[in-house]
Amino acid sequence: MSEYIHDEKIKELEEKANQIRQSIIEMLVAAGSGHTAGPMGMADIFTAFYFHILNHDPKNPEWPERDRLILSNGHICPVRYAAMAHAGYFPIEELKTLRKFGSRLQGHPERERLPGLETSSGPLGSGLGEACGIAYAARMDSNKFRVYCTMGDGELDSGNIWESVMFAGKYKLNNLTGIIDRNNIQIDGMTENVMPLEPLKEKFEAFNWHVLEVDGHNIEQFVDACEEAKAIYEKPTMIIAHTIAGKGIPEIEFDYKWHGKSPKPEEAQKFLAELRTLGGKIQSEHQ
Amino acid sequence: MNPEAKLAENLLDKSKLEMVPTRMGFGKGLVEAGDKDKRVMALCCDLTESTQVHLFAQKYPDRYIEIGIAEQNMVCVAAGLALQGKIPFVTSYATFGPGRNNEQIRTAVCISNLPVKIGGMHAGVSVGPDGMTHQALEDIALMRVLPRMIVIVPCDALESQKATLAAAFNNQPTYLRFGREKTPVFTAADTPFEIGKALILRDGKDVAIVGCGTLLYNSLLAAEELSKEGIECMVINSHTVKPLDEKVIIEAAQKTGAVVSVEEHQVAGGLGSAIAECLAKNHPVPQEFIGAQDRFGESGQPDELIEAMGMGVNSIKEAVKKVISRKAGIDK
Repeated sequence: MSEYIHDEKIKELEEKANQIRQSIIEMLVAAGSGHTAGPMGMADIFTAFYFHILNHDPKNPEWPERDRLILSNGHICPVRYAAMAHAGYFPIEELKTLRKFGSRLQGHPERERLPGLETSSGPLGSGLGEACGIAYAARMDSNKFRVYCTMGDGELDSGNIWESVMFAGKYKLNNLTGIIDRNNIQIDGMTENVMPLEPLKEKFEAFNWHVLEVDGHNIEQFVDACEEAKAIYEKPTMIIAHTIAGKGIPEIEFDYKWHGKSPKPEEAQKFLAELRTLGGKIQSEHQ
Repeated sequence: MNPEAKLAENLLDKSKLEMVPTRMGFGKGLVEAGDKDKRVMALCCDLTESTQVHLFAQKYPDRYIEIGIAEQNMVCVAAGLALQGKIPFVTSYATFGPGRNNEQIRTAVCISNLPVKIGGMHAGVSVGPDGMTHQALEDIALMRVLPRMIVIVPCDALESQKATLAAAFNNQPTYLRFGREKTPVFTAADTPFEIGKALILRDGKDVAIVGCGTLLYNSLLAAEELSKEGIECMVINSHTVKPLDEKVIIEAAQKTGAVVSVEEHQVAGGLGSAIAECLAKNHPVPQEFIGAQDRFGESGQPDELIEAMGMGVNSIKEAVKKVISRKAGIDK
């Protein structure tokens, strides 16, 4: 039993995550392109961030004391957009503008268009370095906020990431928490076939990080890990969140072919029905 | 010489000029910027003395960050610092920054639109004996094509100092290019410097030599020698390659009808290209391009390489004569 989140809240967040997954499917089908697997797999974590972990104010996205959430794996931005909309940053209706001309919801995040995005991202490997810079400056200026940085596991192929991993270890950036979306897939296939990452935990430990492994769909575990990170004073913390790409829709779960494509309208209808009925657990679908 | 440029006295006698590397002007300018504003920070990749960042690091150790040999991360960290209101200067050899970390500069600095300052050292062939791998001849082109990026190539150590100070407070992504080798200080303390404002160093009616960086000194020597042959060259210091001072360059083309661009850089994509783009749209005139002619450098002494690669005084003189003959062809 968690000391940091009570059971009712967990239940509430699980329901919220389901709504966010529905929004992701709806926005991707409206966009006609985009990434499906990653955003679905990270829906629980982003729900936990925006509805429990982050110290933030959707009505004042530039609030200087807000926690910083850096999305290094910019391609999963639909989950961030959906979570932000549900949290009140902008109308949920605006999600349908994803990837359209003139939209604030660019195909990959562009920070100047939409307050609250923190960075522009997409090219993989760079977000952790930016998070390091923010964390370093925050410590210089005695700011109390925390810096979170999400990364894909395939992204760890990039050398830039390891430069930043060394940097954070050297400077003991204890106000920085990294989150790896460990779903084991990337565009060309399984991560361990494309470029093996294991042993991953030991790698980060060897670079002087505190490492935690959680079930990325267990909100309680993830909240607890983020809280534990706050108590680690000498090291940055990396949370390896084991997730299932495409989580919530059995047909696409764990299928790397869904990394970079969006559902067709008829598929979306089916997926939404599955989400609304929780995969058949609820018999009568009511919309 | 143009009296308004207030250049150094006896500037045509190289033996009377102080010889200082432009990177040293950067080092001083950075300290000066740090004195003025505590938001100024410096980052370096294991090259603190080469980049002259050690001056800043000694004075402001709390605002200096050693990154190790990790140029990509340096830019990312700087972007993060800038998001928190800092004014970070990232420094390395120009071949590595903005060479190796080009994509990080594009995304984390320019797309994010943050006032990160990039100091590229040992640019051109001035790193001499180290050879082609370390001689950056493509950096102006890399930076000039990035939307939002300001590109400045100072001509001597004094101008480098002024440019560094000005860049610290322009609130824009900015690239500053410096050389390793000692070069003549031919401007003076009161020589005007303003980002985006080209400076006419010498007036003339026959050809406009428009240059940036330390080769401007060769341009002045060439102009002086040509004057003895009855050819009067205007010499323009276009230290800001982007945004180009189009007004001054168009007026010079209108007045002289011929241009020679001079830079220690590939002729593709650098200052010469910027001038050609501007004049093609506004006032096309014959142009000759002094610079590396689609080739890498090699080991040798800097002066020797400048000569061998066609960027010496004689090459500039030949280019002037050639462009005059082309102008005559058009007149007929």
